[in-house]
Amino acid sequence: MIKRMLAGGIIAGFAAGLLAAVLHFAFVQNLILLGEQYETGALVHFEHQVEAQAATHDHAGDEAVAGHDHGAAGADNTDDFQRNALTVLFTTLIYASYGILLVAGFSLAEHFGRTVSAGEGVLWGLSGFAAFQLAPAMGLPPELPGSVAADLGARQAWWLGTVLATGVGLALLGYGRTALTAALGGALLAAPHAIGAPRLDQFYGIAPPELAAEFAARVLGVGFVVWGALGWLAGRLWSRTPA
Amino acid sequence: MRRRNANAVGCDGREMNMTAMTKAAAKTGSATLSIVFVALIGATGLFLAGHAQSATLHDAAHDMRHATGFPCH
Repeated sequence: MIKRMLAGGIIAGFAAGLLAAVLHFAFVQNLILLGEQYETGALVHFEHQVEAQAATHDHAGDEAVAGHDHGAAGADNTDDFQRNALTVLFTTLIYASYGILLVAGFSLAEHFGRTVSAGEGVLWGLSGFAAFQLAPAMGLPPELPGSVAADLGARQAWWLGTVLATGVGLALLGYGRTALTAALGGALLAAPHAIGAPRLDQFYGIAPPELAAEFAARVLGVGFVVWGALGWLAGRLWSRTPA
Repeated sequence: MRRRNANAVGCDGREMNMTAMTKAAAKTGSATLSIVFVALIGATGLFLAGHAQSATLHDAAHDMRHATGFPCH
C-alpha cells in the first residue's frame, strides 16, 4: 500500500515537475532575472524613465535593453547552468512532494469508499492548486525578486494555515454529505482571508508593478496547468495500479 | 471436533468473528498509519524544498520558491 502510494505519487510528481520546469523557463524565469536587476539596482524603473523622457524616447528603450543584456552577458555561464539545473531539480522535488500528498489524499478517499479515477484526479489536482497556490496567493501574491514583504516567519505560518484550511475546506465541500459539513467547509475556505495575511504598513517594492503583476499571473497560470496534469496523471496511475 | 466442544468457552465459533474483527481493525489501523506515513514523507519534501531557511537550501531552491508562490525571503 505504501509502495503503491509512493510510486504513483513520485512518478506523477516527477513528470509534472518536468512540465513545470519547461513552463518555468518559457514564461517565468526571464521575469525573475529582470526583477533581480531591479532588486540589485542594475535597473531603476522610475527615475530612469524620468531621466530618459527628458532625453529622448528611443534612448530610454536602448538603455533598458542595454542594461538587460549587460546583466545576462555579465553572468557566468557555468553559474547559469548550475542555477537552472538546481531550479529543475527543486521543481521536480516540490511536485514530487505535492504528488505524494495528493496520492495520500486518494488513499484516504479510498479508505472512505471513494474511488479516484483520472477524471476525478484532475479535480483533486485543481483543488491542490487552489490550496497550495491560489488561496495563499490571495494574501501573499507570488513575490517577484525586488518585492518587499512582511516578516518571513509570519508569512510562512499564514501560508501553511491557508493551505491546510483550504485543503480541508475543499475536501469537506467535495465529500461531505450534510449541510453542516458544507458550511464548515465554506468557513474554512474563508477563515484565512478573514484573518488576513501579514502585511507591511507601507509599500517598498522596487520592481515595476507591471512586471510584478505579470509575474504573479504567469506563476498562477503555470501552477494551474501543472497541477491539472499532476492530478490527471496521479489519478490515472492510482486507478490502474491494483491495491 | 469443533462441534463436540461447541459449549466449551471460546470454542463456540464466535472466536472466529473476534479474530476477523481484530484483523479488520488491525488492517484499518495499518492503512491509516500508511497514509499518515506517506503524507509525512510528502510534507517533509515540501518543507525542505519550500520552507527550510538554511542558506544552501534557500539559494538552491530560490527560483523555484519564487515561481511556486512560496514566501521566500
